[in-house]
Amino acid sequence: MTASSAEPTRRDFLYIATGAVGAIGAAATLVPLVAQMNPDASTIAAGAPVEIDLSPITEGQIVKVFWRSKPIFIFHRAKKDIDAARNVDWHTLPDPESDADRVKKGHDEWLVVIGICTHLGCIPLAHQGNYDGWFCPCHGSQYDSAGRIRQGPAPKNLYLPPYKFVADSKIRIGEDETSKA
Amino acid sequence: MSGHSAYQPQSAFMKWMERRLPIAGLVHSSFVAYPTPRNLNYWWTFGGILSFLLGAQIITGIILVMHYTPQADMAFDSVEHIMRDVNYGWLLRYLHANGASMFFVAVYIHIVRGMYYGSYKEPREVLWILGVILYLLMMATGFLGYTLPWGQMSFWGATVITNFFSAIPVVGESVVTWLWGGYGVGNPTLQRFFSLHYLLPFVIAGVVVLHVWALHVVGQNNPTGVEPKTEKDTVAFTPYATAKDSFMMVCFCVVFAWFVFYVPNYLGHADNYIPANPAVTPNHIVPEWYYLPFYAILRAIPNKLMGVIALFGSIGILAFLPWLDTSKVRSANYRPLYRQFFWIFVAVCLGLGYLGSKPPEGGYVLAARILTFYYFAHFLIILPVLGLVERTKPLPNSISESILASKRAAN
Repeated sequence: MTASSAEPTRRDFLYIATGAVGAIGAAATLVPLVAQMNPDASTIAAGAPVEIDLSPITEGQIVKVFWRSKPIFIFHRAKKDIDAARNVDWHTLPDPESDADRVKKGHDEWLVVIGICTHLGCIPLAHQGNYDGWFCPCHGSQYDSAGRIRQGPAPKNLYLPPYKFVADSKIRIGEDETSKA
Repeated sequence: MSGHSAYQPQSAFMKWMERRLPIAGLVHSSFVAYPTPRNLNYWWTFGGILSFLLGAQIITGIILVMHYTPQADMAFDSVEHIMRDVNYGWLLRYLHANGASMFFVAVYIHIVRGMYYGSYKEPREVLWILGVILYLLMMATGFLGYTLPWGQMSFWGATVITNFFSAIPVVGESVVTWLWGGYGVGNPTLQRFFSLHYLLPFVIAGVVVLHVWALHVVGQNNPTGVEPKTEKDTVAFTPYATAKDSFMMVCFCVVFAWFVFYVPNYLGHADNYIPANPAVTPNHIVPEWYYLPFYAILRAIPNKLMGVIALFGSIGILAFLPWLDTSKVRSANYRPLYRQFFWIFVAVCLGLGYLGSKPPEGGYVLAARILTFYYFAHFLIILPVLGLVERTKPLPNSISESILASKRAAN
């Protein structure tokens, strides 16, 4: 029988020590249980950068390539597409961004975007909608010739993948100027 | 589950057993001697039908797994293999696919019955909330299962639904990558969805046990909403409720069989017979019919995050119904105003379902916005206010009195 004094006993110490070790152990066990659901090594390896030759893409054409199981739209823009994207006051757009910020300097005719609607992940249809860009058939979002959201429920412009020009008509998707070679 | 059992074991073996594991006594007190209100109508038979459907889905599902391959390159073909090569595979798959739809038909009738007769009110709040949890688990199970055939609708349905989580600020994208196990919906997604689709029905079965337990503690509600007071107000579960439940279950199975044998693909989408293609989204993607009202609510709101919140909120609000409805009178039979608003609410839900199946353009969007507003107003404005201002009709003193009164009126 313990006295009613506040003096800690050996059992009090064991309770706290056992509880602390048990809690840390349980938390540590959760790490692999949760982490196994993230992309595995083979998926990450398959997501390495890809090089795309742009020379076969004619003016006005949009091609779809895949990188990290995401469709990437490469749009060889005609002058009218560039003009249309630059002749709007971009400050008033839902996700304000200038056309020049969405292309690489000196490569205005090439728009490279991730072809996934920023609403709920459908693939928008090219050359459709009111802005001569893309139209998402799922919930009606419309993008312009710079891939910017102009109308509909999508909150963001089409995302830009990391990419860089490795030659005048060749890009590498998956790394940009800031990433190490 | 209802206090002391009146069960008297007859044979020597059952007497021996009862002293060691009184399971026969438990069954007897729960499903034989259990007193049920004598005025239950056929709307009370859907709990039994739902239990039957859960069992049927588990049995057909376990068999389908014997022939199905949960791998992205083989899943679609293995479903075709089930349809063409496996003995009675077409029947088992159609039973499972249409069984899911029948499950939702039954659960919607069950929920709407509870709303009409106020079955969620004190002391049945926990019983009701367990029901809302079961409904959520059913929706998750149905969604996961729909992904498994790996057709176009499977793939893009999985893409759209998992993207709900990308609406979460800051961590949304990481959460979605974690759910996928990749940079998009792919084989890792299919394999984990298969694992969870197999798990959840057993979780549902566990929560059903809690649901039935809670039911047997508080007792069933009934069309008058007046609690049974004397033995004259109740009858024994067997034979009365068992007979009524069984009769309705067979009638329900006739409808089920009609779908399975005559229009097995009526409730599905032709696009799901096209193998999953990550490069092309089908032109008109809609969820299964049982999610359509919620899909309409999602699309009615022009902001992504708010749309997703409204979608989950429209289901979550059901859990608060016992406290949002301020009226002390349970049954709509004695609430003339509530009864009208109840039917308007049912019509609004059906209207949202219709709008969910339509493309999101023009008048459909406006109509969906109006109905979405009404849906939430029903719970947040109409129900709380109605309980305070409504003049309800006088309640009968007891169930048997109400039966005698209606008999007199009929003579």
